[in-house]
Amino acid sequence: MKNRLARLSLTIVSTFVLLALIAPWIVPYRDQALGEPNVAERLLPPSLKHPFGTDHMGRDILSRMIYGARTSLFTAVSVVFLSALIGVPIGIAAGYAGGFLDNVLMRFTDVFLSFPPLLLALLIASTLGKGLFNAILALVITWWPWYARLVRSQALSIKSLAYVEAARAAGVSHFVIMFKHILPGCVAPLAVQCTMDMGSAILEAAALSFLGLGVQPPAPDWGLMISEGKAYFLNYWWVPTFPGVFMLLLVMAFNLLGDVFRELVDPRLRRRMLI
Amino acid sequence: MNFLRYTVSRLFWSIFVILGVVFVVFLVSNVIPSDPAALWVGPKATHSAIQAAREKLKLDRPILVRFGHFLKDLLRFDLGTSIRTHRPVIEDIRKALTATFELLLVAECIAIGLGIPLGVLAAVKRNRWFDNLSRIFAVAGVSLPSFWYGMILQLLFFKWLGVLPLSDRIDTFVSLIYPFEEKTGFYLIDTLLARNYVAFFDVIKHLILPAITLAAYPVGLITRQVRSMMVEVLQENYIRTAFAYAIPERKIYFGYALKNAIAPAMVTVALSFAYTLVGAFLVELIFNWPGLGRYAANAILSMDYPAVVGVTIVASVCYVFINFVVDLIQAKIDPRIRF
Repeated sequence: MKNRLARLSLTIVSTFVLLALIAPWIVPYRDQALGEPNVAERLLPPSLKHPFGTDHMGRDILSRMIYGARTSLFTAVSVVFLSALIGVPIGIAAGYAGGFLDNVLMRFTDVFLSFPPLLLALLIASTLGKGLFNAILALVITWWPWYARLVRSQALSIKSLAYVEAARAAGVSHFVIMFKHILPGCVAPLAVQCTMDMGSAILEAAALSFLGLGVQPPAPDWGLMISEGKAYFLNYWWVPTFPGVFMLLLVMAFNLLGDVFRELVDPRLRRRMLI
Repeated sequence: MNFLRYTVSRLFWSIFVILGVVFVVFLVSNVIPSDPAALWVGPKATHSAIQAAREKLKLDRPILVRFGHFLKDLLRFDLGTSIRTHRPVIEDIRKALTATFELLLVAECIAIGLGIPLGVLAAVKRNRWFDNLSRIFAVAGVSLPSFWYGMILQLLFFKWLGVLPLSDRIDTFVSLIYPFEEKTGFYLIDTLLARNYVAFFDVIKHLILPAITLAAYPVGLITRQVRSMMVEVLQENYIRTAFAYAIPERKIYFGYALKNAIAPAMVTVALSFAYTLVGAFLVELIFNWPGLGRYAANAILSMDYPAVVGVTIVASVCYVFINFVVDLIQAKIDPRIRF
């Protein structure tokens, strides 16, 4: 059953990746997906022509949802990748060097970790200004300390292993030890963390979009679609509902996958919590 | 070192962190590209009025001097004056904070009341269908975009079933016809103190949907944590002994096993408070809840930077405080933590 859940999640994730890749060729209304208004068909309920209805500008919701997969996956991958890119070297350096450098780096990350992540992202995004790239930047600034922490604790335990000491005795340089001997040992927990964080990244980016700080209209984005639907949903329920279902499916798939991975890799790994 | 000294050292560390937080917030808020002085005086201001406002808001001084002033004001609990409401930010926040806390506490009660039994049962029925169902349920809880889920609940219970109110803390007519004095700011307590049961039930009705929305995340978190703790405890020898003595299963699970699993799970419960505090920001917007989140969102939209800074600092201080408590709980129950 656990394997079945994992397989199902993997299927969902790959389906979304596929959809995102081939979006321009499969969406029924490509111009509308990219924001072209179509006022003649405003707020139509789901029908054969528009399976998930149309929004307040008459645009086909299904087409925009498929394009939205691109935005969500792009955001999530960038946030996780960039955060790891900053956090991993810092974490390895802190764990491997120990002593003063470790103390300074960890006290520094502690201050960042003391903010509620979404709140700091909100503050940064609101000062940087609206837009997807600023939102990604804001999330990266709040996320890299988690990776630094995780990698540091791994590096701490790996550096005292015999093979690392052997390498050091053989005169291998610190740089090579850090990235050739210690880094591979961090990959497994890092992969788990990244998988689970994909879901959180999608949710937090959507939250920023919802508050008007992330993706700007008329770009297709699930968070933005839900936000735009807020004004209409009582009478036109389909406007925010379907984009939300897509988001829930994808985030759940990432989280389930992370959950199963985690049990495989290390059942004791503390789960990083979102928002 | 003993527990007291550990507490004191953690307290000092927390104060240091708060100072760091305050400095970061101050720095970030001082690179706001727009001109706060222009916002302060409004759209039709003259040049000299803007200059005067700039001096009044101390925007013409060097950054470090301003940080000094900022800290000094902060120590007197003065967060400045809101540009949008022209009231002291601390007053606005104090009012909003009780509304947020009331919502938060009710949501946490739901989360604990649901999460602990679900987690215990999932551990007892490990790898059976109930366990998997609860896993899906818990993962769904942490995966739900709260702002979307809130709207879906509004559609269901307000629009289609018509049993619960759409938004706000209390019905305007109810509060007009059955007024009550705001002694504590917690409406549930205030209405009970006033023996105003009509208002009391109205407050409850308004609390249900936002509290359920907010509870989704901690329910998932607590369920998973209690489950994994229970799974460990259930493999202990004393549990096997209890079974051998034919002690009723319910007593074993909820009495003997849960007692040992609950302590580590308490850490998760406490942590979930911190996450829920920020989660409330989005939920409040959907339900028009007059709390910290709605205040913050309005402040951000109108570039009201004293208010934004104030909310960030207050929420971060709450967050640091909760983490401080978590550390203490952890140290108290886990002897492996070195003082």
